[in-house]
Amino acid sequence: MTAFFQSLGLPFEAAWLIATIAGILLIALPLMLSVAMVIYVDRKIWAAMALRRGPNVVGPLGLLQSFADGLKVFLQETIVPTAANKGIFLIGPIVTFTVTLLAWAVVPFNSGAILADINVGLLYVLAISSLGVYGTIMAGWASNSKYPFFSAMRASAQMISYEVSIGFILLCVVLWADSFNLGTIVEAQKGHVFGILNGFGFNPLLFPMWVLFLISGLAETQRAPFDLTEAESELVAGYQTEYSSMSFALFWLGEYGNVLLMCALNATLFWGGYLPPLDWAPLYVVPGIIWFLLKTAFFFFVFSWVKATVPRYRYDQLMRLGWKVFLPMSLLFVFMVSGYLMLTRYGA
Amino acid sequence: MSVAHLIKSFTLWEFVKAHALTLKYFFKEKATVNYPYEKNPLSPRFRGEHALRRYPNGEERCIACKLCEAICPAQAITIEAEPRDDGSRRTTRYDIDMTKCIFCGFCQEACPVDAVVEGPNFEYATETREELLYDKAKLLANGDKWERAIAANLEADAPYR
Amino acid sequence: MIQLLAFYLFAALVVASGLLVILARNPVHSVLWLILAFFNAAGLMILIGAEFIAMLLVIVYVGAVAVLFLFVVMMLDIDFATLRAGLVKNFPLGLSIALILLAELVLGLGANSAGVLHLGVADGNAAPLAGAPNIEAIGAVLYSRYLFLFEAAGVVLLVAMIGAIVLTHRERGGIKPQNISKQVARRPEEATVNTQPEVGKGVSL
Repeated sequence: MTAFFQSLGLPFEAAWLIATIAGILLIALPLMLSVAMVIYVDRKIWAAMALRRGPNVVGPLGLLQSFADGLKVFLQETIVPTAANKGIFLIGPIVTFTVTLLAWAVVPFNSGAILADINVGLLYVLAISSLGVYGTIMAGWASNSKYPFFSAMRASAQMISYEVSIGFILLCVVLWADSFNLGTIVEAQKGHVFGILNGFGFNPLLFPMWVLFLISGLAETQRAPFDLTEAESELVAGYQTEYSSMSFALFWLGEYGNVLLMCALNATLFWGGYLPPLDWAPLYVVPGIIWFLLKTAFFFFVFSWVKATVPRYRYDQLMRLGWKVFLPMSLLFVFMVSGYLMLTRYGA
Repeated sequence: MSVAHLIKSFTLWEFVKAHALTLKYFFKEKATVNYPYEKNPLSPRFRGEHALRRYPNGEERCIACKLCEAICPAQAITIEAEPRDDGSRRTTRYDIDMTKCIFCGFCQEACPVDAVVEGPNFEYATETREELLYDKAKLLANGDKWERAIAANLEADAPYR
Repeated sequence: MIQLLAFYLFAALVVASGLLVILARNPVHSVLWLILAFFNAAGLMILIGAEFIAMLLVIVYVGAVAVLFLFVVMMLDIDFATLRAGLVKNFPLGLSIALILLAELVLGLGANSAGVLHLGVADGNAAPLAGAPNIEAIGAVLYSRYLFLFEAAGVVLLVAMIGAIVLTHRERGGIKPQNISKQVARRPEEATVNTQPEVGKGVSL
């Protein structure tokens, strides 16, 4: 895009600045719109699986429900509790929201359509997602209230625990793709199995890793069955308890933005991202971004599906699953994958 | 621990089964009504929003006996009464605090002249609390608005009283 | 131009937040400023082209170490008035340490500018694989030239970890911990029995 602005006669630096800002807007605005729609879709799917109808009044089929909710929240008063630590209380939701947007910079939407094509893309995603917990901790602590504080403690322990196994799972992918760059990882999946199936997920050695990644992703984004940070039976609304108005809405946007990011990562890392599922010429007629969005939407359906199906975990069970099941499993698979590649790719 | 059980737990078989079940329900016909466009039938005895009724000639029924005020367990009703110009005893004030009301229907049971009734309307949500403090004018207006439905309900229920 | 601006932005923020770590009255604020300092230091790393180090700094320090810091500081009820009470007493000691550090810094800089030391420069020429991404460059030295030191460092960390566990772990009697795998493995037919007891006989448990 920089080249395009340069062709308009702008100097390189101005062209770069405009191109970057345009790229950011091109990602952030549709992302916000899709977050609003995704909240509606989530409610609809959840309702349908409980034999209910879900939102059906605002707009045709209730499609505008999220916008009505957004407007309502926008018009409300922002309440800051007197005992709260005001600055940090207000920064908390902003951190959550900003961090969510940051991670999207390295997601490849199509061949070459990455905002920041850096060669440590996957590490960047890990780094940013580890920042995500600060919004929650700051909100929980600054609220100066017991339940939000418990929730913040839970959130941080949960995210640190599952980041460890996510790291090892991603290592398997990186080993196979031989790169940390998300674009290169997607290209490495072309014709990965038998030369026709595009996606590491079709590989029997990596499929279990995808299952672990999906479940760890649920824990990392604090979705059911691991939504202990906002377990309403114990913690009211968790770290959001004291929040109202836009600061509350920012948490929601951030949370669903994270869920969408996790879905996009599932699609990108294991199921071929913008590539069609089969390496077959007619399928390439469909633009890559359509495949990418279809896959992301499918994984969002899976996330909602899980939420509608399984009951919430207990906290000690969550910790046990993370440290005693996922960590050894992913370590074992790092060992197996690197061993296999050692034998096949680099010779005995 | 048998081999079959081991395979089951490593393939997450029970989770797969549970998800198949929810997916089946996802496509099933929905059990709830399409609420604002479609409503469930109401019993003639349904106790909804209150109303004060009038006689067919336009005279209000209430004679300010204050039986409803006396029986109200939530003390939601406040009545003040004075003789009117023509000498008949009438209320000057008849307030129902809808935020206190528990919709037990005792007021309607106590009324000797079928003046205060709980009508079939249950969709009267308001934006402010103050709008739920009903006065006499509001209750009479309710009565005028819902008279037909209320009269039909009372008639349907009459044989069982 | 943009790089220069970014450098001064990050550098100023590192120094400012570093100062605020010491000056903030609330210990939690101190830790949050520390996190900001780490984050901006990562920005500086990116500017000199060490993106791998930058990401590690964020993942390890910001993502894990600082969270644990924050954990501890939030849980502790630190009374800063009592901590400040020793300020006058410890002031000479602190000042002398600061002076020694300053002297070392001046010496080092002076030696470098006089041409006594030969430091690598940030143009990547010192890297063993010129032009390769610095993950590969670091890997190439770490797993060939410094393999022994690298693995020795791993063993040291392992020993430290096991040591910490051994020192803090204690066997407690009289508790009934859950055995989750045993509970999960239990089948309904092992846990329940259907009986048809005769009237008045009851069942044996």
